[in-house]
Amino acid sequence: MSAAEDLDYQEKPHELKWVGTNVARTDGVDKVTGRARFGADLIMSGMLFGAVLRSPHAHARINGIDTSRAEALKGVKAVVTRNDFEDQPSEMIQVGELTVNIRDVIRNVLAREKAMYDGHAVAAVAATSASIARKALKLIEVDYEVLPHVIDVVEAMKPDAPLLDEKQFTDGVDPKPDKPSNVAKRLEIKLGDVEKGFAEADVVIEREYKTRPVHQGYIEPHACVASYTEDGQGEVWCSTPGHFLVRAITSRLCGIEVSKLKVTASEIGGGFGGKNIVYLEPLALALSRKCGRPVKIAMHRSEVFRATGPTSGAHMKVKIGARRDGRITAGWAELMFQAGAFPGSPVFPAAMCAYACYDLENVLVIGYDVIANRPKTTAYRAPGAQISAFAVESAMDEMARALGIDPVDFRLMNAAKEGTKAAYGPTFGPVGQVETLKAIKNHPNYRVPLGPNQGRGVASGFWFNIGGETSVTMNVNDDGTIALTVGNPDLSGTRTSISVMAAEELGIDPERIRPAVGDTTSLGFNFISAGSRTTFAVGKATVDAARVVIGELRARAAAAWNIPVEAVVWEDGRARPASSNAGDFEPLSLEDIARDAKKTGGPIAGHVETNVSGAGPSFATEAVDVEVDPETGHIKILRFTAAQDAGRAIQPNLVEGQYQGAAVQGIGWALNEEYIYDERGRMENPGFLDYRMPVASDLPMIDAVIVEVPNPNHPYGVRGIGETSIVPVMAAVANALEDATGVRIQELPLSPPRVLKALNEKNGS
Amino acid sequence: MTTFRGANCGLGAKPVCSVFTDTGSNATEGSGGVEMRYEAPETMKAAVALLASDEHGRVLAGGTDLLVQLRADTIEPSLVVDIKKIDEMCAITRENGGFRIGAAVTGAELGEHEAFKSVWPGVVEALELIGSTQIQGRATMGGNLCNASPAADSVPAMIAAGAIATIEGPDGRRDVPVGEVATGPGRTSLRAGELVASFLFPEQAPRTGDAYLRFIPRTEMDIAVVGAGVCLTLDDSDVCVAAKVSLGAVAARALAPEAAAKALIGTPVDDAALAELSRAASAAAQPIDDKRGTREFRIQVTGVMARRAAETALARAKGA
Repeated sequence: MSAAEDLDYQEKPHELKWVGTNVARTDGVDKVTGRARFGADLIMSGMLFGAVLRSPHAHARINGIDTSRAEALKGVKAVVTRNDFEDQPSEMIQVGELTVNIRDVIRNVLAREKAMYDGHAVAAVAATSASIARKALKLIEVDYEVLPHVIDVVEAMKPDAPLLDEKQFTDGVDPKPDKPSNVAKRLEIKLGDVEKGFAEADVVIEREYKTRPVHQGYIEPHACVASYTEDGQGEVWCSTPGHFLVRAITSRLCGIEVSKLKVTASEIGGGFGGKNIVYLEPLALALSRKCGRPVKIAMHRSEVFRATGPTSGAHMKVKIGARRDGRITAGWAELMFQAGAFPGSPVFPAAMCAYACYDLENVLVIGYDVIANRPKTTAYRAPGAQISAFAVESAMDEMARALGIDPVDFRLMNAAKEGTKAAYGPTFGPVGQVETLKAIKNHPNYRVPLGPNQGRGVASGFWFNIGGETSVTMNVNDDGTIALTVGNPDLSGTRTSISVMAAEELGIDPERIRPAVGDTTSLGFNFISAGSRTTFAVGKATVDAARVVIGELRARAAAAWNIPVEAVVWEDGRARPASSNAGDFEPLSLEDIARDAKKTGGPIAGHVETNVSGAGPSFATEAVDVEVDPETGHIKILRFTAAQDAGRAIQPNLVEGQYQGAAVQGIGWALNEEYIYDERGRMENPGFLDYRMPVASDLPMIDAVIVEVPNPNHPYGVRGIGETSIVPVMAAVANALEDATGVRIQELPLSPPRVLKALNEKNGS
Repeated sequence: MTTFRGANCGLGAKPVCSVFTDTGSNATEGSGGVEMRYEAPETMKAAVALLASDEHGRVLAGGTDLLVQLRADTIEPSLVVDIKKIDEMCAITRENGGFRIGAAVTGAELGEHEAFKSVWPGVVEALELIGSTQIQGRATMGGNLCNASPAADSVPAMIAAGAIATIEGPDGRRDVPVGEVATGPGRTSLRAGELVASFLFPEQAPRTGDAYLRFIPRTEMDIAVVGAGVCLTLDDSDVCVAAKVSLGAVAARALAPEAAAKALIGTPVDDAALAELSRAASAAAQPIDDKRGTREFRIQVTGVMARRAAETALARAKGA
């Protein structure tokens, strides 16, 4: 650890000059002009084009793969199958907020014993053109033995369901089961005694809910270029939120030392958690190793849908008890989550977050992680929390109606606050749930009169946020400008926010700082950009690095003036004597000190390598107004207000953008998005035409409200802000639908056929 | 649109595309790739001869369906005949008080043709619902018809308008009602070597209004779950004297149910007539359950769309 360890964040309260203002994004011009280079944009000389053969079956044993005809095709330079990768032992590794088993990762990258889902990679080809590569795929003969498959989570849990893994026995049940099962794990989150709590309740609401699997829907498909040369050195360029993670997994799967693989992160066209794992990189590197030429692989949109990480579909039961006075006495839930082909659904965070918005004495949440013949789930923006929130916040709304209390007031009566012991363990420090509720209640949108067929819904949400391993280097250039190197790909303007914090510390204009995302050879390890950690953790490390730099700048000035370093202060980008007692010297600017650095001790830099802790949880409350077409069941979003606690907004426009984007993703999830499978388990809608994400004209301007309850563990009070705003959305929309029509729907999506059917049933037609 | 760049390179192999063949990993390179001949004849006769010479040939108008199918590997034509260099296929002309619209006229061009738009606003609004602004710069009515999707938006509007398709082929020229061209999903009545050259919209009777409406779960960039085109004519006392109703996406091809038209004819298109239209339209629908909607939903919404389209057509007839 660095010299920054002892720095006290509270040491120098000062007027903020840059933090809290909006400065131009450092990546803005490149992005709007199309110059920014994404995963598929790199060209290397001699580069080949790769393509991936994918299983057409949802579940099939692979008895043999014959690649000889493909290899004989002119222009084909390499083919890889399961035989080109050594198997991996069972070992859990952390990827973002979730953990995965490396034994499963190798199987997901390329099928071994069985194809586990429609779209599962079976072989990969590198050829001199993409069309030859595609032609070669058709020449690979795979001997499939088609097996019965199961997709739905409830079906997969049945004792007679087709078994995906004969060696899997449910973990977390006592005694240990003697029969294998698709249920990988049972888990519990417990606080107090729910039975006692329900006994004290005047009203109990008990309901079942269902959500469909949905995709993160990032616009940039997965893409990479890999090169492996005869001297045993590998390089990968790829679209990823975490190139250090890509290095770790790819080197391991390909059996090479970490130091022999350099990974560079391209700009990333969205990830939302879905790129927190590898798919193509080990294939491209293995192909390159076989033929000695660089290989590019980029997925088609249909491959993104069929083979990459959606989040779970879920079946959930919720039971909430409350007294007439509005106090909740117990919260119970049972969550059954589809993990996809391998264990590791977000059911654990879903269970932890289920009741985290509330200050409750009695909570019991039981979760089941269930494998099914679908792509392995990956993280999706506040993984799992949005799913359990759909259930709990729908039931909360029904409870508020049953008690005759305004839904915001009901939540205020039970809101988590500083000192609340969360069911998942910690006792909260300062948190902003009460403030987000008040922000919604006081917002003009909450008082707009509603017309016929219109309704208003409210819901709240919670997400933990994380810190993690972070390395930052800040170099002072000889003209006094700053080269700032961070190790976290920029998903949301984080380079800009981090520069602004550095500028604030150094007392210089942010334009004089050039932030860059370094490759894996340029910095110590960095955990991936996930868990809303980047502005929080990298920002904190950058502030520390800036303070190391300032310490050195003061030392240089002290030496020049021949006074003790304690007698030098750093203010407004200049060193000056602390007081007249220290002496009468002209202040030395950053430029002055940088210009003479060669003579005064050499280059000036600050670097910090740390494992950041103290992430501040973020709460959100949202209100949505809808209008329902009673003849078609179509829901129009009239107004949407998202209030989330940012701790402090370093760049308010970027924070608003995150709230808006999260709200829009949630609206798509609520209204139309879903995976549709045919009877053979093949995805029927692997494209944006029929996988219906919202388009701009479907949406009103999302009104973002930044609540600021500072995180005491960050020098500027930052919490993570990238995720929580998606959490309440689906429940808020379902609650608004009931308000508009009197119809309560407990299954997503709230698509027109489902809504119209419910309206018909209500009207008795 | 990435959809275009790869396929354009394969089709045209023009130098302008080389930048994309290098950067787009999915691009179809000119060398060593799928062998496909691209021709852009300048006369109808040459186009017909080319199509007659190769049973695996395909016509390229705007390409907004064809190129997507090429990219998805669902078709592998040995010949692509680009018809946009044939003048008459891109022309909008007056003919006997009506309009003749070339099959390769784009949605954007027709949408800016004030005279046509003022006479057939329903046809134009149907065509303009297809895709995005960018797609509108390419998409054509000829392509929309010959792609033979049951959900094609411009087809019910053309059928309601009474449009005639003029077909050119090795045996010369023939005219057929638009409703007889598509016979089922992806299938047409066109014979070997034939292509649709243009559409004739005959002179419109006074006090006529047309309209097209579709149901989609979103607001744009989607495909009709139900589509309804209505064209009706009023006499001087506001009684409907002629009507055509056509329904899309609720059968293997666009329907033109007589009972739905009869519900309007002879009435002042009042609530009772509209309710009868709605019932007749729903009764005529023969949809399937698929990823875009359930059978039950489509039947119910067919009636709703037909009634709403008729209300707009009525207002236009009265305003005309």
